[in-house]
Amino acid sequence: MLAPMRLLIIEDDPDSAAYLVKAFREAGHVADHAPDGLEGYAMGRDGAYDVLIVDRMLPKLDGLSLIGGLREQKIDTPVLILSALGQVDDRVKGLRAGGDDYLAKPYAFSELLARVEVLQRRKGVAPGDATVLRIGGLELDRLAHKLTRDGKEILIQPREFRLLEYLMQHAGQVVTRTMLLENVWDYHFDPQTNVIDVHISRLRSKIDKGFEAPLLHTIRGAGYMIRDGAR
Amino acid sequence: MVLGKLFRTTAFKLSLAYLVIFAIGAGLVLGRVAWNVKGLMDDQIASTVEAEVKGLGEQYAQGGIRRLVFVIEQRMRQPSASLYLVTSPNGQVIAGNIIELQSGALDRQGVIETGYMRDDDQEAHHQHRALANVFFLPGGFRLLVGRDLGDRENLRHVMSRALFTSLAWLIAIGTLGGLFVAIRVLQRVNTLSVSAQDIMKGDLSQRLPLSGSNDELDHLAFNLNAMLERIDELMTGLKDVSDNIAHDLKTPLTRLRNNAEEALREGGSSEVMGQALERVIEESDGLIRIFNALLTIARLEAGQAGGELKPCDPAEILREIVELYEPSAEEAGAQIAVEAEPGLTILANRELIGQALANLLDNALKYGLRDDARSLRASVRRVGTRVELMIADRGPGIAVGDRGRVTDRFVRLEGARSRPGSGLGLSMAQAIVKLHGGDVRIEDNEPGLRVVLSLPVSVPHD
Repeated sequence: MLAPMRLLIIEDDPDSAAYLVKAFREAGHVADHAPDGLEGYAMGRDGAYDVLIVDRMLPKLDGLSLIGGLREQKIDTPVLILSALGQVDDRVKGLRAGGDDYLAKPYAFSELLARVEVLQRRKGVAPGDATVLRIGGLELDRLAHKLTRDGKEILIQPREFRLLEYLMQHAGQVVTRTMLLENVWDYHFDPQTNVIDVHISRLRSKIDKGFEAPLLHTIRGAGYMIRDGAR
Repeated sequence: MVLGKLFRTTAFKLSLAYLVIFAIGAGLVLGRVAWNVKGLMDDQIASTVEAEVKGLGEQYAQGGIRRLVFVIEQRMRQPSASLYLVTSPNGQVIAGNIIELQSGALDRQGVIETGYMRDDDQEAHHQHRALANVFFLPGGFRLLVGRDLGDRENLRHVMSRALFTSLAWLIAIGTLGGLFVAIRVLQRVNTLSVSAQDIMKGDLSQRLPLSGSNDELDHLAFNLNAMLERIDELMTGLKDVSDNIAHDLKTPLTRLRNNAEEALREGGSSEVMGQALERVIEESDGLIRIFNALLTIARLEAGQAGGELKPCDPAEILREIVELYEPSAEEAGAQIAVEAEPGLTILANRELIGQALANLLDNALKYGLRDDARSLRASVRRVGTRVELMIADRGPGIAVGDRGRVTDRFVRLEGARSRPGSGLGLSMAQAIVKLHGGDVRIEDNEPGLRVVLSLPVSVPHD
C-alpha cells in the first residue's frame, strides 16, 4: 500500500527504542536507532532517511538543538518530536525549532505510525495539492467547493468539506482522531469523548450512503482512512 | 553566654535606647531649671547691688568722699555685708573689704562678674566669685559694690550632683529593668521556639502556647496558630487529593489487571486473546489520559503551561467548540443555542480556552440532559471589565452545597459515578481560567446548571 520507509529513531532509552524499531519493522518499514544526540545528528545528516523520530531529551545533544543543527545544514528530512512534556508551549517550541510534528509520551503506536506516514508523504510530491481530489467515484473540487460522487452532487457543510479534504489528501493513509482535531479544527487537546467519530459518521452518511462500495473506513484502534475499496 | 544572649535581645536593646533618650531628656530638664534659677539669682543680686550703688552715689553727692568712706566702713561691719571698694583717681584703694580683684575689673562702668579676695579671708589666696557693679564717681573716684556668688555656686553644685546621682540611678535601674524585660521576653520567645520546633518535627496538630496576657506576643502566637490551622487544612486537602488519585486510579488499574488475568486464565483462541488485549490497551489509554489531565492541571496551576497569550475573539472560540460538539449534541437529541456578542477581545491561549469550553460542553451533554429538557445554551458577553463565557443546561443542576467542590480534582457527584468520566474536566477548566486571571462560577440556571468562565476583557492599545 505504502512504500516502505527508512526511519531513524533517536532515543536514549534502549527499551523504547527497541520497541519502536521492532514495531516499525512489523509495519513494513526500515528503522535505524541512534542512542544519543550527537550520533543521531551525524546519522540524520548523512543517511538518506524519510523521517526522523527525535526524543526531546537526549544525552550529549538535546533534541531541539539537533533539529536546529540539521535545519542549518539544509537537511529538510521531516522530523517528528517525541516528548514526555506534552504541554501546549512545549509543542510550540518544538515546532518552532524546526520539527514537523509533535507527539507526547505516552502515545499509542498506531498514532505514531499514522503521523510518520503522513510526514513521509509530505516529503514527497504531495498529491493533496491538486485542485480536484478524486477517490473512486468521489470528486472534491477545492476551488468550486463542490463534491460529487459518480457525478451526483452532494451538499456538504464547510467543516465537513475540510474534514473530507484532509482525509482525501491523505487517501490510503490512517488518519487518527487527534490528527483530525489538529488539522481540521486546529485544536490540540485530547477530545474526551467521541466528538470526532460523530463528525465522521455524519460525513460517511453523506458520501457512502446509498453507494455500493464504502470509501470511508474505520481502522480499529487507530483512526480512519479514505480509500477506493474497488482496487 | 547567657548574658550575651540577653544583651542581644530586642527587648534589652530597646530598653537601652529608651534609657539613653530618657537620660538626655532628664539632663535637659535639670539643666534648664538650673539655668533659669541662676538667671533669677543673678537678677536679684544685680538689683540689690544696683540699689546699693545708687544709695552710695547719693551719699557721695551729699557728703563727698569722706562721707562715702564713712558709710562704707559702717556697712562693711554688718553681718553678711556686700563687697565694697573705693579707689582714688590714681588707683589707690581708699576704702573697702576687698584686697584683690581680677585685673581690669574697674576699667569700665556697669555690671561685671569677677574673681576677688576678701580682707577677712581666713584661707589665703582663696578666690571667690562675685557679681559687682562699677560706678565712676565725679572727681575720678571709682566705686565697686558687689555680692558674693557663693550661694549661686552652691546651688550649681547641688544641681549637678543631683543630676549625676539621678543619672547613675537611672542607668542602674534602667539596665536592670531592661535585663528583666529581656529575660521575660526571652523566656516567652523560647517557649514559642520550642513549640515551633516540635511542630516542625511533624506534629502539625500542636499549637503555640498563649500566655493569656493578650499582649503582642500573644497576638503573634494567635496568628501563627491560625496559619498552622490553614497549613494543616491544606495538608489534609492534599492528602485527600492523593487519596482520591490513588483510589480513582486503582479502579481502572484493577479492571485492567482483571481483564489481562481473565484472558490468560481462559486462554482460548487468539481472537479472544486479541479482544482482551484491546480492552487492556483501552484501559491503559484511559489511565494515560487521566495522568495527562492531572499533569496538565498541575502545570496550569503552577502557571507553566500557558505559553503565549494572544488577543483572541472569545465568540470565535465558542462557535468553533460548539460546532465541534454539534453533531454529538444532535446525536443525543440536544440543541445548542449560541448567543455570542461580537467584537470582544481577550488575551488568551486559544487552545486552552477551547479545551475549557469543550470540557464544559462535554459535561453538559453527559450530565445536563433530561428527557423533557434537552436544550443547551452557550453564550459570550461582556459584563463590565469581564468577558463571560457561559454554558448552561436544563438538567438536574448541582446542589448548592456541592458547587464549591465540583471543581476539585476527581470529584464526581452522585449519579455521575456510573457514567464515564474522570472528574477532572471542571478542575482543568478552573485551572485554565485561573491561569488567564479569571474565575469559574457554578450557578443555578433555574432549573439546570450554568457554568460561567469569567475572564478579564482585553482592551486593545491603539
